[in-house]
Amino acid sequence: MKILVGIKRAVDYNVRVRVKSDGSGVETDGVKMSVNPFDEIALEEALRIKEAGKADEVIVVSIGNNDVQQQLRTGLAMGADRAIQVETGDTLQPLTVARVFKALAEREGAGIVLLGKQAIDDDCNQVGQMTAALWGRPQATFASKVVIDGTTATVTREVDGGLETLEVDLPAVITSDLRLNEPRFVKLPDIMKAKRKPLDVVPLDELGGHAGAAPATGRHAAPAPRSRGVMVGDTAALVAELKNRGLV
Amino acid sequence: MSQSEAPETERDVMEYDVVVVGAGPAGLACALRLKQLDADLMVAVIEKASEIGAHILSGAVIEPQPLDELVPGWREAPPPICVPVEEDELFYLGKDSRRKLPTPPQQKNHGNFIVSLGATCKWLADHAEAAGVDVFPGFAASEVRLTESGAVGGVIIGDMGVDKSGAPKDSYVQGIEIHAKVTVLSEGCRGHLSKQLIRQFELDQDCDPQTYGIGMKELWKVAPGKARPGLVQHTLGWPLDSAIYGGSFIYHLDGDRVALGFVCGLDYADPDFVPFEAFQQLKHHPMLRDLLEGGEIISSGARALVEGGFQSLPKVELPGAMLIGDAAGLLNVPKIKGTHQALRSGMLAAEHIHEKAAAEGFDARLRASPVVAELKKVRNIRPGFNKGLWRGLITAAIETVTGGALPRTLSNHADHAELARRADFQAPDRGWVDRSLPPRDRLASVYFAATEHDEDQPVHLQILEPEICTTRCTEEYGNPCTRFCPAHVYEMVEDEANEGAQRLQINSANCVHCKTCDIKDPYQVINWVTPEGGAGPNYQNL
Ligand SMILES: Cc1cc2nc3c(=O)[nH]c(=O)nc-3n(C[C@H](O)[C@H](O)[C@H](O)COP(=O)(O)OP(=O)(O)OC[C@H]3O[C@@H](n4cnc5c(N)ncnc54)[C@H](O)[C@@H]3O)c2cc1C
Ligand code: SF4
Repeated sequence: MKILVGIKRAVDYNVRVRVKSDGSGVETDGVKMSVNPFDEIALEEALRIKEAGKADEVIVVSIGNNDVQQQLRTGLAMGADRAIQVETGDTLQPLTVARVFKALAEREGAGIVLLGKQAIDDDCNQVGQMTAALWGRPQATFASKVVIDGTTATVTREVDGGLETLEVDLPAVITSDLRLNEPRFVKLPDIMKAKRKPLDVVPLDELGGHAGAAPATGRHAAPAPRSRGVMVGDTAALVAELKNRGLV
Repeated sequence: MSQSEAPETERDVMEYDVVVVGAGPAGLACALRLKQLDADLMVAVIEKASEIGAHILSGAVIEPQPLDELVPGWREAPPPICVPVEEDELFYLGKDSRRKLPTPPQQKNHGNFIVSLGATCKWLADHAEAAGVDVFPGFAASEVRLTESGAVGGVIIGDMGVDKSGAPKDSYVQGIEIHAKVTVLSEGCRGHLSKQLIRQFELDQDCDPQTYGIGMKELWKVAPGKARPGLVQHTLGWPLDSAIYGGSFIYHLDGDRVALGFVCGLDYADPDFVPFEAFQQLKHHPMLRDLLEGGEIISSGARALVEGGFQSLPKVELPGAMLIGDAAGLLNVPKIKGTHQALRSGMLAAEHIHEKAAAEGFDARLRASPVVAELKKVRNIRPGFNKGLWRGLITAAIETVTGGALPRTLSNHADHAELARRADFQAPDRGWVDRSLPPRDRLASVYFAATEHDEDQPVHLQILEPEICTTRCTEEYGNPCTRFCPAHVYEMVEDEANEGAQRLQINSANCVHCKTCDIKDPYQVINWVTPEGGAGPNYQNL
């Protein structure tokens, strides 16, 4: 069985995100970029499934310009067998991304498409669900535990009320939640091995291209700075202050 | 010492001809030059930052000549931030006043460039990788590997996934050994392996103690039109009294960006002095406040720099290894520039390895080179300031006019020994003002350094004799570590186990790897070791 893992290049979670001064987007100049943390978890899970003898090949996929090769190499160093860069210079909408994964899942004959539940840059949380729908296969999102048994996957998902367990037939789409696992450290010799692993570049158009016009974003702005707080001595002072401001 | 108690299995080994520790300008220049001289050499560069440049903090106005040699044609494809210097200005500041001084010759920057050294290192690392160097960011060289004959034979990479107590976690990965014929130490100022080797091989027995400064820097996006790209400004005077050596730099970049920093000698005496606060005070001088108000801070950080120069230059070779760049102490203080020295010493080391396939003879070669000649010429300028700003300026003038030819050499003293006991020191009234510009305090500043350490790992700031902290140090100096650390790592808190008493709390996750504590602690009981690879600040264009 092949597992297809999506890894997105995103602003590192440690970085304080800033809006460009002209409001046209988020500043990425000189900013540290990393693998979206949920995708790293998805890849870790795929590797564990393979190491347990339940999959034969793990393929990492990233969509973007040549910069994404850096994240693909990280994926290969973690242990993926090969990588595919779907080449485009554009920022894509979730529907286009889902079409790419559907096309690749079919082309590769994947048993599982394992994705992060969302990317920490746009927080869309749509690609996994859309991929499953387009592909006509089951979905198990927000996974906190995955057990593969022959042709089915038993997935524990984190839902509002607690945990829910689903059994889905493979092929299927699974998306990872934060608690699924703790990704491994990359080992230094594996970085060298990763340099020799195959990395194919496929133009976006070959996989269906854009899914139609994207909504245009007007302007980005940082949230208004919070005004300074005031310390009040006791509850009476608090009530007085609130009354004063017409809040109670 | 820093390795875990975990499994004593044989470490994996990778073999290289040369391993370079630290991807600053010195290490990268050495690695790239090695490949240019012999494409078949196997060269690895180890860097503790999560990505190249993320631990680099500098001014930086750089002299471009060594780059012309190392990367011919670089001016057509320069690093991402690279602004030619248009104008130099030097000011002496009073609390509310400023007086323009003539720019001394060492600080004339015509023909130089203002860069982000972090971004430049990333750019240089790309050149090195393209030439076939294996560059490994995210890995700390935590120990030196000694061969049976007692020579250095490479380094050991720190283990990953070790918990607070030193026990392996589920994610445990044992660090590998990198074996190499020559190990090049380019860890920058106060390198932790360099420090150990200098001591162990007594490399500093014929020179003065090394001396240091602490530098803090912020990158600002100022209100449109306020920055004048290419303008290089330096200040002396306020907020420092004339007993403390130091000053500021204000480098105007493109895109409404200004790099602003503050450097002061770590030989200051006042045990209650807070370098971070001095920097923040400086920003509220009318000259700077006008520039910064209406702007936004983008990133910040701190890093020690070497100031000992010629007198403090240790022997730069030992069996199997050599020291280059700031790890050797090659910064030119009057110029406040070390990058060109780092690049040049790196290239020279490469040429030496290429010819001799060994470290032997490098010390003599470096001393006979323009790198050390440059240091010798200015050797008396920095120690001249030991007697205060005004005597220092006079010495500087004499030494500059004579080109350092006078047959005298002023000596250096260890910084930690210069700290005065509280009982013996009367601090001047610094007249510091209420502040309004960010960051509010050191913790807020750490936020702009984007520093990150997994909290569940051994504390990488080792206190060799912990009982000193709550006894002698509290009495004599009032725990100065709580003040000189720019990241507020050290705190005296109530000791829950011992009512009425205090204990030292080390917030090691905040550490920005500046090395000030390792240098300035008056008892020399703080030992900075490498934390898990990839941990530490994530500087953006510093
Ligand atoms: C505030 C300030 C302003 C300055 N301004 C200027 C200026 O305007 N112009 C100028 O030319 N110079 C300036 N300098 C000096 C200049 O930055 C240094 O001289 C130069 O960076 C030295 O280069 P290096 O390669 O020796 O060391 P560094 O640049 O310090 O690089 C060392 C690298 O080694 C890594 N490292 C260290 N130990 C280990 C380990 N054990 N394992 C793995 N990695 C490790 C570090 O993370 C770092 O990336 C300034 C310095 C400071 C602090
Ligand atoms: S703990 Fe030491 S090295 Fe870390 S930031 Fe503070 S002074 Fe610098």
